[in-house]
Amino acid sequence: MIKVENLAKFFGTKRAVDGVSFSVARGEVLGFLGPNGAGKSTTMRMITGFIPPTAGKVSVGGYDMVENPIPAKRLIGYLPENAPAYTDMTVSGFLSFAAEIRGLSGDAKKKAVHRAVEMCFLESVLHQSVETLSKGYRHRTCFAQSIIHDPEVLILDEPTDGLDPNQKHEVRGLIKRMGEKKAIIFSTHILEEVDAACSRAIIIDRGRIVANGTPQELRRKSEWAGAVTLRVKGVAGSAVSAKLYQVQAVNRVTVVEEKEGRVTVSVFPKPQATGANGEFARAVGEAAHGWHIEQLQIEEGRLDEVFRSITMPDTKQEVKK
Amino acid sequence: MNSAFGNIKAIAKRELTGYFASPVAYVFIVIFLLLCGGFTFLFGGFFERDQASLMAFFMWHPWFYLFLVPAVGMRLWSEERRLGTIELLLTMPITAWQAIAGKFLASWMFLALALLLTFPVWITVNYLGSPDNGVIVCSYLGSVLMAGAYLAIASMTSAMTRNQVVAFILSVVLCLFLVLAGIPRVKEFFDSLGFVWLGNLTAAMSVMTHFDAFQRGVIDFRDLIYFLSVIGFALFTTGVILRSHRSG
Ligand SMILES: Nc1ncnc2c1ncn2[C@@H]1O[C@H](COP(=O)(O)OP(=O)(O)OP(=O)(O)O)[C@@H](O)[C@H]1O
Ligand SMILES: [Mg+2]
Repeated sequence: MIKVENLAKFFGTKRAVDGVSFSVARGEVLGFLGPNGAGKSTTMRMITGFIPPTAGKVSVGGYDMVENPIPAKRLIGYLPENAPAYTDMTVSGFLSFAAEIRGLSGDAKKKAVHRAVEMCFLESVLHQSVETLSKGYRHRTCFAQSIIHDPEVLILDEPTDGLDPNQKHEVRGLIKRMGEKKAIIFSTHILEEVDAACSRAIIIDRGRIVANGTPQELRRKSEWAGAVTLRVKGVAGSAVSAKLYQVQAVNRVTVVEEKEGRVTVSVFPKPQATGANGEFARAVGEAAHGWHIEQLQIEEGRLDEVFRSITMPDTKQEVKK
Repeated sequence: MNSAFGNIKAIAKRELTGYFASPVAYVFIVIFLLLCGGFTFLFGGFFERDQASLMAFFMWHPWFYLFLVPAVGMRLWSEERRLGTIELLLTMPITAWQAIAGKFLASWMFLALALLLTFPVWITVNYLGSPDNGVIVCSYLGSVLMAGAYLAIASMTSAMTRNQVVAFILSVVLCLFLVLAGIPRVKEFFDSLGFVWLGNLTAAMSVMTHFDAFQRGVIDFRDLIYFLSVIGFALFTTGVILRSHRSG
């Protein structure tokens, strides 16, 4: 549904987006991650046709966004960053306007507004002026506007920003459910949302895609992927790590905590050993034979750590030193 | 084409409901009527003229539109940019010119409504004497067109900045040029320098020159073209400015 090829946007000499390509099919939910200023919003603005790209192509539903914007825009629902809304209107007036501009009228309009209001839990503020809404409600109002015409493509820039935990949960669920029939791109700084809602995630940094894959695939890039955390009783930390270093597949052992006669260590496999998770854990288990093992846990890999190591390579090296 | 009309209508409707949702619209209309009445009866010498015409009423329009119209037009685009709603508006399935036209028409209708509410002046003059109502209708038409020209300029300056005050000042200055270019002294100045053609050109550029004919009850095709082309040009420039902002 969405196809982006070599998309670039330069502001003066600044390369906000620099050669981004990906595509999103119907039934996919693509998570857009990246540090502040990475170019997520700029990319979304180009996909929705708000700003023209410096180079590259965007097509939505087969329509080129630059050459044939109107039919392309018809397919899209868009929640911009910071959820703008007309402050001089009531919530219901605003949603009616959104429906009208999408070509709905009469009964169809009423139904669409009603549906969006229900999905975004806006009944209680329906006749309140947008100006006096709390941040979360304003966000939900703008979100309601984006789904009012039940679009085939949804572009959501930080849809859970400013929502309370319950609403965050609702919106993630909503995105996941809608994602079964639509093509959705949403950006977020909350990594759990990637697990909760995405079928695929892209990490972008300084205008370039630095990782692209399912949440599992991304997690596997972590050095934590396949690592084993072990807690033993009655052995000194130094002795534990000395013994574990003798295991061939072990890359590194770090003592996480040592107190009250208990030692917790994390054992990282060598890169080539990551594939065989079970075997590595068994090897560690064998080395630990004879100790009083209180806990042995295979790590799945941590998204936050992958995110950090990909987008902040310099700092990571410093930490290692 | 039907959908173009529908889009313009939806935009204009939104804009108008926005006006009347706040007291600003009512305050504006009241001020407008007070100014019209005040100038006509106090300074225009309406009674002293002792003739059944609305000359004393219409002669002030180029001057107080100078402030009143930019006050209406200044928020057209700067408010959209300040709120960020421009991002919603321009990612909807409408063309930029439909948005520009819809917003312009809404404020133009609002100004026309304010002007329409001056009808008591017209009733008064008909009650006191027997004016040439053709001339009056013609003057109203000229006044509406002039308001449109000012408004299009305000729309243009409003697209330049997200600061309404700056937009207001810029459009007052631009409109002032259009007014001043037509006062006789400017033409005399150029004539005295020997640049008669320049004097004629500036006079031809002025709203005063073209509004005069309407006030005399003459609808000249060239005056119509003048106002419509000022509107067209300013709205076109609005589009260019909006586009250049988006290109970054
Ligand atoms: N209109 C503009 N003019 C100049 N530079 C811009 C403009 N818009 C964005 N930028 C720059 O482009 C870069 C990318 O910005 P963008 O808003 O896309 O980041 P982001 O990934 O959405 O960040 P965040 O997580 O903070 O929302 C930033 O460095 C920003 O300063
Ligand atoms: Mg952003």
